[in-house]
Amino acid sequence: MAVDQATVRRIAHLARIAVTDDEVEHLEGELNAILQWVEQLRQVGTSDVEPMTSVVHVQREMRPDEVTDGGYPEKIVANAPLRDGHYFTVPKVVE
Amino acid sequence: MYSENRKTEAKNLLPGATGDWELVIGLEVHAQVISKAKLFSGSPADFGGAPNDHVSFVDAAMPGMLPVINKKCVEQAIRTGLGLKAKINCKSVFDRKNYFYPDLPQGYQISQFKQPIVGEGQVQLDLEDGSSVTIGIERLHLEQDAGKSLHDKADGLSHVDLNRSGVALMEIVSYPDIRSIEEAKAYVSKLRSILRYLGTCDGNMDQGSMRADVNVSVRRPGAPFGTRCEIKNVNSIRFMGQAIAYEAARQIDILEDGGEILQETRLFDPNHGETRSMRSKEEAHDYRYFPDPDLPPLEFEQSWVDEIAATLPELPDEKKARFIKELGLSAYDADVLVSDREAADYYEAVADGVEAKAAANWVINEVFGRMNKMGLSFADIPVPPQANTAILRMVAVSEISGKIAKELFDIIWNEGGDPVKIVDERGLKQVSDTGALEKIIDELIAANPDKAAEVKQKPKMIGWFVGQVMQASKGKANPQMVNQILRKKLI
Repeated sequence: MAVDQATVRRIAHLARIAVTDDEVEHLEGELNAILQWVEQLRQVGTSDVEPMTSVVHVQREMRPDEVTDGGYPEKIVANAPLRDGHYFTVPKVVE
Repeated sequence: MYSENRKTEAKNLLPGATGDWELVIGLEVHAQVISKAKLFSGSPADFGGAPNDHVSFVDAAMPGMLPVINKKCVEQAIRTGLGLKAKINCKSVFDRKNYFYPDLPQGYQISQFKQPIVGEGQVQLDLEDGSSVTIGIERLHLEQDAGKSLHDKADGLSHVDLNRSGVALMEIVSYPDIRSIEEAKAYVSKLRSILRYLGTCDGNMDQGSMRADVNVSVRRPGAPFGTRCEIKNVNSIRFMGQAIAYEAARQIDILEDGGEILQETRLFDPNHGETRSMRSKEEAHDYRYFPDPDLPPLEFEQSWVDEIAATLPELPDEKKARFIKELGLSAYDADVLVSDREAADYYEAVADGVEAKAAANWVINEVFGRMNKMGLSFADIPVPPQANTAILRMVAVSEISGKIAKELFDIIWNEGGDPVKIVDERGLKQVSDTGALEKIIDELIAANPDKAAEVKQKPKMIGWFVGQVMQASKGKANPQMVNQILRKKLI
């Protein structure tokens, strides 16, 4: 599997990362190098191996259903670039 | 599960200009889990609250915050799965569903993609014509709700409130087994009823606790599935019916004109009764799911599932079967009574000690009829079930007439009080004293000799006398006795 420049632009757009034309060329090479390496890994037979979702097998404690947090809207919006009272505000988004 | 193989009954086929079409529907219902705290944080999950007041740093996706799962939410998902007779997966995985939107601070929704907590199950629908169909459930998974954007508070700006952000949702996905609008409505009603019985979702569609994404396609009868469109966020059963009707007609028009259906996401506009294409964003469906590295797989023992199963209440299907078999109710009455757990509980409390069918009639017509007319909910009914039992008992032993029973109910609804005492105090007891009744009747006959003569020709006219006696006795006369005496004297 290999990516072309259009794919690089698309991935960048999905991740909301602005890339310049020079960077696209560079990223294309880098991504393809990574994919080639993954391609190499795929040569190892893993059909009977369960996908690994975490490095160590830990069973984390579940939390009891108690309200222990919230109630500080001022802190929540403190760093907002734009706000109205305790609302965040953003340029209008309407579907 | 029927899926592609399920044929549509002829009555449900949609006629087109070039022949009949089959409607194929699959539903994704989002049901808000009843819990005190959110799915992965300790902030409150209840509806409302001042802007951003029910928000923790986890819900606002501040850097360095880690999600920790709420045990109750997991339990509720398992309970729901059991209620849907579904397979419970003791190991499931949380994934990130990536997309950008201002009310999604993480830039991804934590959801379950390949390994959901609940697998295949089923919901049985009892339709109005008496037939039943079983709709397959493909899966149920846990996921976070997003925040809320308000677009009308200021020009050029959207306001974002994250109070709902991180609240636990169950997404319940059906197979495309549904073949008519009636079935789609029955499915959502039934699902809502089951969730409310289980106590896992309040089913309140007005507040958005339950909403549906509706997948609609059409095909020639028996043909492979057509291309579907997804109608997002339908928040009432009535709107869902309208949305499906509009969408099916739109697709049939396109196909009959030789066109092709574009797979897309559409919005239903209740004001215009139509569906509209959402601004087509190709990448919107490129969610790039991957396992959330912040969360280990969710694992629990089968013994916990068994414990939860042991606490499951009697569900509507079982309750309905029992009402029909053991109490002798009609399928219709049983349906009405079991549709809501509170209705069934109220009915059973009333029926304790009186004849089951009489109690069903009374509860459905008098109690629920009045409740619906006044727009009340079960909790607001001012007459306790036991008062109804007392009224029905008095009717059963002819101590009061049916007419007085209604009046008595009226008094208790408005003023409260003990029905037996009220009957005593206000002298509402039925008059079954032959002497007293004969006296009233004799007076009536004397005052209306022409009518009395008429009865001999037309026995049906006796009804007029019965009415007069009831009126004269203020509804207290025993109607059977009045009839008997009148027949003896007039015919």
